This record gives sequence, C-alpha cells and structure tokens, in this order.
Amino acid sequence: MPEMMTLIGGRSSKQGTTLCASKLGAEYAEISSTVEMNVEDMARLGLSNNSKVRLRTPVGEAILRCKGRETKDLPPGILFMTYGPLSSQLMAGDTAGSGMPISKNLDVEVEPIRDESGA
Amino acid sequence: MGENLKVVRDATCTFCGCVCDDMHLTVDLDHKRITKAENACILGKAWFREHGIEERPLALIGGRPATTEAAVEAAAQILARARFPLIYGLSDTTCEAQRVAVAIADMIGGTVDTTTSVCHGPSGIAFEGVGESTASLGEIKNRADLVVFWGGNPAEAHPRLFSRYSVTPKGMFIPNGRKDRTVVLVDVRRTPSTPAADIFIQVKPRSDFEVLWALRALVKGRRVDPSIERRTGVSLTVLEDLVARMKSCRFGVFLFGMGLTMNRGRHFNSGALLALATDLNEFTHWVAKPVRGHGNVTGADNVVSWQTGFPFGVNFSRGYPRFNPGEFTSVDLLTRREADAALIIASDPADNFPKAAIEHLRRIPVITLDPKATPTTQLAQVAFTTATYGINVPGTVYRMDDVPITLRPAFESPYPSDEHVLTAIRDRVRALLGGNRLPAGAPVAAAS
Amino acid sequence: MGSPLRIVNGRVYDPANGVNGAVQDVCVRDGKIVADVPPDAKRIDAAGMVVMPGGIDIHCHIAGPKVNLARKVQPETHRDDVQLRTRLTRSGTGGTVPSTFATGYRYAALGYTTAMEAAVTPLGARHTLEEFQDTPVLDKGFFVLVGNNLLLYRLLQEGRREELRQALAWWLKVTKAYAPKLVNPGGDEMWKGGRNANITSLDDKIGSFDLTPRRVIAAFIEAGNELGLPHPVHIHCNNLGHSGNVETTLETMRLAEGRRAHIAHIQFHSYGAAAGKSQSNPTSRARDIIEYINTHPNISADVGAVMFGPATIMTGDAPLAYMLRRFGSNKWVNADTENESGCGIVPFKYQDRVYTNALQWAIGLELLLLSEDPWRMVFSTDHPNGGSFMSYPRLIRLLMDRGYRKEQMAHVNQKALDHSALRDCQEREYSLSEIAIITRAGPARLLGLTDKGHLGVGADADLTIYEEDEDKEKMFSAPRYVIKDGELIIEDHELRADHQGRLLHVAPDYDPQIEQVIEPFFEDFYTIRFANYPVDDRYVPKGQIIPTTPSAAAAPATAGTRP
Repeated sequence: MPEMMTLIGGRSSKQGTTLCASKLGAEYAEISSTVEMNVEDMARLGLSNNSKVRLRTPVGEAILRCKGRETKDLPPGILFMTYGPLSSQLMAGDTAGSGMPISKNLDVEVEPIRDESGA
Repeated sequence: MGENLKVVRDATCTFCGCVCDDMHLTVDLDHKRITKAENACILGKAWFREHGIEERPLALIGGRPATTEAAVEAAAQILARARFPLIYGLSDTTCEAQRVAVAIADMIGGTVDTTTSVCHGPSGIAFEGVGESTASLGEIKNRADLVVFWGGNPAEAHPRLFSRYSVTPKGMFIPNGRKDRTVVLVDVRRTPSTPAADIFIQVKPRSDFEVLWALRALVKGRRVDPSIERRTGVSLTVLEDLVARMKSCRFGVFLFGMGLTMNRGRHFNSGALLALATDLNEFTHWVAKPVRGHGNVTGADNVVSWQTGFPFGVNFSRGYPRFNPGEFTSVDLLTRREADAALIIASDPADNFPKAAIEHLRRIPVITLDPKATPTTQLAQVAFTTATYGINVPGTVYRMDDVPITLRPAFESPYPSDEHVLTAIRDRVRALLGGNRLPAGAPVAAAS
Repeated sequence: MGSPLRIVNGRVYDPANGVNGAVQDVCVRDGKIVADVPPDAKRIDAAGMVVMPGGIDIHCHIAGPKVNLARKVQPETHRDDVQLRTRLTRSGTGGTVPSTFATGYRYAALGYTTAMEAAVTPLGARHTLEEFQDTPVLDKGFFVLVGNNLLLYRLLQEGRREELRQALAWWLKVTKAYAPKLVNPGGDEMWKGGRNANITSLDDKIGSFDLTPRRVIAAFIEAGNELGLPHPVHIHCNNLGHSGNVETTLETMRLAEGRRAHIAHIQFHSYGAAAGKSQSNPTSRARDIIEYINTHPNISADVGAVMFGPATIMTGDAPLAYMLRRFGSNKWVNADTENESGCGIVPFKYQDRVYTNALQWAIGLELLLLSEDPWRMVFSTDHPNGGSFMSYPRLIRLLMDRGYRKEQMAHVNQKALDHSALRDCQEREYSLSEIAIITRAGPARLLGLTDKGHLGVGADADLTIYEEDEDKEKMFSAPRYVIKDGELIIEDHELRADHQGRLLHVAPDYDPQIEQVIEPFFEDFYTIRFANYPVDDRYVPKGQIIPTTPSAAAAPATAGTRP
C-alpha cells in the first residue's frame, strides 16, 4: 500500500553547476532523478540510500533514487527533489488562473520498488 | 592553455538574479573559453567555465543542420502562418533582445509570456493588488539591521545574496557587517542556507499564509490564538518575538523566494508578505524583495511592462495588449492545447513545465534560440544556436532589484546573438505580412 | 526627415519672434525651419488653422524605474484605455501612466514634440534611456536626482564646494542627464534612515549628516549656476502638500539670491494654513508666490496644476507618498535607491467636492491667471501627479474661456474657493499667443533649448497645426497636423508615420581627478562597480548635447535673447 507524502521541488547548487554544462548529460539526469527522504520514513519503508521509489500523482509518475536526510533537516513525510524532467512528470497543468502550476508541496504516493537491482 | 590571454575586469555574471558585476575574467582567446572567474560563486564559476564554444550547427531545421538564414526563413513562415502563437522565455537574454521579442508578438498578434509566470509571477500579481515597499540591494547592504529570508535557499540558488548584498557585507550604517544584523530564516526544511541565520523558523508545508497573516494581526495589536502552533508548527511565542524584533529594528527587509509563490496560496502568500512589510512601515522602515531567479528575468518584467503596461502573460490578438494570468500564461496556453506555434527564447520549458504542457509542445511547431542543446531544443522544428549573453554578447541586464547593468562580453562567438536572430525574424515576418497584422474588424483608415 | 514642405494660409503664433497670429508661410526642409522652399514643395493649406511650434512639456513623468512600477501596479487602468496597433505603429495601453509607445503617440496627438522626464535616479538612467528608445516621436531628456545623494552630502558637509561642483558635473555627464533635480532635500535620508521621518523645515538637521536642507539647496543652486547649465537646478521644495508650506517655498526661492533656479509644480507648494482651524486645512497663498516670482526674474516655475479625475502620485519624495497613501488608496509602492533617492507611488483621484482637491485646482488656475510673465510661469500638471497630460486641452480651455471656467467653478467645493483668490481673477482669459508661450516658447527658453519653441529660420521643424474652434478643449485635443523634425507624423488627425526623437542631454566638463574621490565611495557603499556606472553611447541612438555656457551662468532667465 503506497504512502502519501508531500513533495517539495526546488533548486540545488549541484543542479545549478551541472545545468551550465549540459542538461542532456548523465550528471544532470542523475541529479534530477534523486529524491531526498526522511531517514525514519526510509527505514520504515525498508529503503536505503540509492533504493528506487516510484512517486505517483494523479497526472503521472516517476521513478527516483532515494537519499536519506535527518529529521532535523527534513521532517517525516516530506520529500525534496530538484526540478527537471522527472518532476515535470508529476506536475499538474492547472494553475488556478494564476499561470503558476503547483511545483512545491505536491501530494505524492510513494511506493518502494523492490524487484530491481538498485535496492 | 593558449598564449593569447585577456583579462576582463568588472564583467557581469548573469547566471542568477544577483547579477554580480565584479567578475574579473581571464579569457583564453585561442580556445575561446574563460579559464578563471575571480569573485564568482560556485554557480558563477560553472557558468563561465561551461560557456565555451561548442561545435554545434548554426541552426537545425527538423533536426538537420541549416544556415541561420534558412532557419530565419523557416521560423518566419511558422510565425506568419500561426493563428495563436506563443512567445516564451526571455529571462536569459538581453533587454535588447527582449524588446524585439515583444515587438514580434505585437506585430503578429500573438502572446508574449516570460519565465516570470512560473517564478515570481504570483508576486507580480500580488504587487498589482497591494503594491510593495522595496529597495535596491545597496540599501539592504548599507542599512538593513533585520534581514528575514522566507521560502528560499539563497546559499544554493543565489550564493552571493548573503555575502555581497544582505548578510555579511559592511555598509554605511552597518559598520560591523554581520554583527550589526539579525538574520531570520523561515522555511519548511533545513537547507544549506539555515546556518546563516540567527533564528530559524520551521513552518509546516502549506502554512506560510497563516503564519504571515498571524504576524499581520500581531503587528496590528490583535490577539492570535495559541492554536496557531498546531496549524503552522510555529508557536505564538516565536511569532511574538519576531514581531517585537520587526517593530523595533531600524531598517527591516524580507527577501522571499518561491516557497511562497509555487505553493498553495500563490499570490495570496506573496500578497500577505508584501502587506506585512507595508504594515510595518507604521513603526519603522521596512522593505520586501522577491529574490528573482534567472539573470535577466527582471529585465523581461521591465521590458514587457514598459511596452505593454503589463509584466507577463500578455496577448495581442485584439490589436492591443491584454493581460490575464491563467488565460495568457504559457503553462495554461499549452496545457489547454491552445497555442499553435511557439517561439522559445533562452529558456527550457521542456525541462520543467508540467507534463501536459510539454506534451503539447511536442505537437506544435517550436522555434528555439539557445546557446546549448536542451530538452526544448531537441523537440524544436527550428533550433537556432545563439551566442551567450554576458559572455559573448553585450547588452543590458536588470538585477533582481531593477538596477540595470551593462554587460562586458569576454570573447566573440561564431554564433549570432538572440537580438540579431530575432531582428531578422521580425523583419522577415513583417515582409511576409506587409506590416503589422491587424485584427479582423480593425479600423482601416489608420492603417494606410 | 521628410520632403520640403510649405505651410500656407495659417495664422502663425510664434511669440519668441514676435509673431502674433499673422497669416504667413512657414517653410520646412531637412528637419529645420527654412526661409523658403522650391515652388514644387508639398503644401499644407492651413486656412482656418493655427500654426504653433510643437508643445514642450518641461516637467512630466513618462519613463524610468518609478514610471514602470506605476504602470505595473495599475493594470486596472490599462484595460479600458487601449492603443491599437496600426500597420506602422505599435500598440499599447493608457491610463494615467501609459506604456511607452502610447505615451509617445498620445503626446504627439496633442501636438507635443518634446518632453522632459523630471525625476530619474542616476542608477535608473540606463533604464530611462531604454524606455526613451521605445517612446516614439518625442525629443526627450531627463532631470537626474541629486538632492538626496549621500556622496554629495559628504562633500558638502566637509565644505568641499569645488569638488561638489565637479562631482555634480560628473553625475550629469555620466548619466546623460539634462539638468540636476532636487526633491525634498534631506527628506529621503530621514525616510530611509530615520524610521520613516521627514524634513519639516529648511533648518532641520538631515539625519546623521551635519547638514540642513538650506545648505544643500543653496549649494546646488550655486553649483548649477557655475556650471552654466542650459536649465538651472530644478527644485521640488520641502514640505510639498503640507498646509503652510508657502513659507518654505518663499524661503527656498530667496536662497537663490538672484541666481537662476526653477521651482517645480509650484501649486503644490503655495499653501497657507487656515487661521483658527485645524492645522491640516490648507488655504491658497498663490498671491504671495506670484508676487515673489513677478518681482524676481531669476526664478521660474511650472505650475503643476491639478485636474479632477484619476492621477498617479509618483515622486522621489517618499515620505509624501506615504502620507498620501492614507487618502483612499489601497496600494502603495515605495522604492529606495542606494545612496541616491527614495521613491513613492500612490494611485490617486482628485475630486471636485473634496475641499483640498478643489483648493489645489483653484490654486493652479490662480497662479496662471495672476502671473504677469508667462515666460516664467509655465504650463504643467506634473503629469501624472496633478492629472494626466491628456487633460492639457481642458486646462487650456479653463485658461482661455472664462465662461467655461465660471461654470466649472460652480461645481467645486465652494469653501475651497472661499480660501482662494480665484473668484478675483474672473476676467482674465489667456490669448493664443500666451498659450503658445506657456506651452512652447516659455518652456523652451527656460530649458535653454534655442532651436525649439519658435519658428525662426534654423529652428527644429517641430510644428503643430490646430483647426480653430470656439471650444478650445476640442481645438487642442486633436491637431490636424503634427510635424516632427520636418516629418508629417499626424495628418488629418491621424498617426501616419512612426518616428524616433532625440535624447537631449548635457555633457559638462569636469576635472578627471574627481573620479578618485567618487570611486572609493562606490567600493564601500554601492553594489554596482564604479566602472559599470557611467552610461555609454549605445543607449543614445539619436542624441543631441546641449552646450553648457559657464560664463552666462548668472544671467537671469528673462535676459536670454533669441538667436
């Protein structure tokens, strides 16, 4: 049964330096396919660093690799990832008449992927 | 390293909205690259290091190499035929290019929108509702003794916002720099920015508006129920302490990020913060400043505003500018499958727009101008390779505080500037249309 | 520049050359007025029409950082007042703060060909020049804000008067400005550095500086005169809008001590305080102001008339805008510029039933009707502060048509008229020649623009041709022809061509040593590098340097003669 969590999209300095080189390279792809998760949540879900998880919203889904963060840095139930092709897959196009899609605090289903070698 | 070195002093970094103009660049003219960028932050160093000259075709039409001239013709044909074209992007190019882009939108009766609509667009909407008390960054450096960051992570996105403008620098009335300031950071999570703050206030996601509104109430002397803590994760004591500091400082500033705009509440969040800054002026001097992202997104706001009266999301179909976020903003035009062509300048919506919008970009003819290959140039029908502003191209860029700065390019590029390409497209479209396109039913007498 | 042109049969009003309604030909070639053109030159038959030099707005707010903020903050004023694109010209939006293209075309459509943006921060000079490039038809210049400049304060505080003058010349030149502007001297420092305080008298201490507004104003008047600028220091006095401010205004004019000074929008500075009444109720002291100006030829002013209806307060006087925010606006913009200025913006509406608004309206008219020298009390609404430039035709009618004026007076708050002398100036009506002086010849002379404001041979071919009409508002609302630099821009009331006007600016010499005084200040207190501060020529695709003449510095305004 997947859990619901809150996904925050944002920027990181690593993403910033990498996109200067190329948005089509492996490094950018790796950065934008990593999701940060609270370590307690990860333990409960049986995940460790680099485990794969599937995030799903009503509009789409994406498979990302986990990276653990301590509770003081990232509270339980909160996820963080950098903007990129995968975060786009999760974002709805509705802007509520503002022009701005919701890019932070998305409700996402989190589902560990256990049958792949990355775990 | 080549023999032929040049030093460009006081060059400008256009990576982020800080637009620092104190870069001392060492340029290897033989290899057309920048080997050293003194004073640059980690992002700036990458910006300068990675913008050498890549071996790429001048243009691609349908994925095949083409001359710039052939691509101009192809682009002009697309734009002249389109019935509801979108011109989008503009945040990473010069004001000179932006002015031509808006002229094209006006001429063909299209829509012009900038990356503002997915950045601080909601803050722009809030500004229209309540106004804003603001300041140039130098006033913050010279005077701010209370600095409140809200919903942003400058350490990673705008590294020198701390060191050059708002936290550590010494200023005229802040002789001891950091020691003379109190720094507060409000966010939903700890980030590399958090250690810069004296006070960190962690709010629950989706509760910024409630915290801001409670602060407004406290500033006005109203009672706030202690249950605010259950809702927001911030205790009344913490809020009262912050209010006391905000009312007693000499010069306070909010520097706020997309934690407010990209979130539930959007322009209400920005509006609450701007209104709070206004309220505080009853007690002492307060300003607020949206921390802007791309190098010249602020220039795009200014150019679109002076040419049309509105900052972004402007449509010219009826022969005059109309502004309506949600109707004429890019995510909406694409998600609703309304745009039938897109001219995308110096931005990469295929990398960060919602899925449905990207899917529509794949359906329509897209023209791109970009120095690099990106997900968007990859889906384009016509893709121009252009020179990089600030590194190869002179012109004007507006810092996040509306201060315009003239660029000092480091070396020449074999690729044309955005302004050059856009001017050629404009002239060719004008020739195809026989002047500005007039909407059906427009008065004819004025057209002679 | 257009083909040669002969305008025939029109009644010509060219007061600078003593032509007062005579029917005579005006010839145009290569952008200039010439004595004659070949017989086959294009002719405009101006029978039944009036020919005047193009209008010159000596004080308005049309471009730059604060104007753009004012545009952005009022989308609701744009949507129902639009400027359609034509095959040739760009679209835009209006309201009291139109977009750049709309500004240029609409000024032109009223017969104006030159306008001076009256308040630009040095840091905002580049922005202003960029907007100017998108403001068609008009020749333009701007006044640069120097009256709250902290480096200049430091020099003055230390008694370094020679360096102050050199630094002022530097600032004018590197920003490509037309004239120095003082706005509420000291007020912005009190505002930004003193918890939103303000200056209340010429002898207040300015924050942490050992200075007073009195010292600042006197020093700038002196430096401006020594530099021999074509237009002297342009002063927005302290205490704008406050009851009883007339004393500050008179005292400010006395500080000139016979040297040239221009007082901006003087209507806003001509208030007494009602005796025995609440301190906040202003009265008219227009007579005292006019009496001083009539007898002091070194002083000139633009009136800053108020017109009922929508306006936008936009000013470098930040504390003033904050005060006005209380009067019915839900929006307020404040924008501080480091070391240079403050700025405030408030959407506003002048209402004829409101005592203070009616009084302001009356004082503007009083000043113009009592003025004995139209060359030194010239036309303005401080657009858009007292009302939009689009209301100029109505203001002209109020001056030219006493029947209309009387009718309008009946509609306004009568208590306000009780506290003004407007009822005593019922008789006077401006003549067309006087209108030509206050809207053309006078501003040109005060600005030192010797090629403008007149139709003598060699003058710029900027002309307006109006169809004569009893209704002066109608007449001045829509000229039949407007010619800019010899090119027919408006023909049969309609825009027929696009045109790019010139930037008018000064470039006074300065001692390069002064840069060694200025640069360290930049290192410490600016956030832009000294080397990146001066505005280069790329921002001026078409420019004209108006020479400075240091020897003529002390000459009074009326002593200047036409070439």
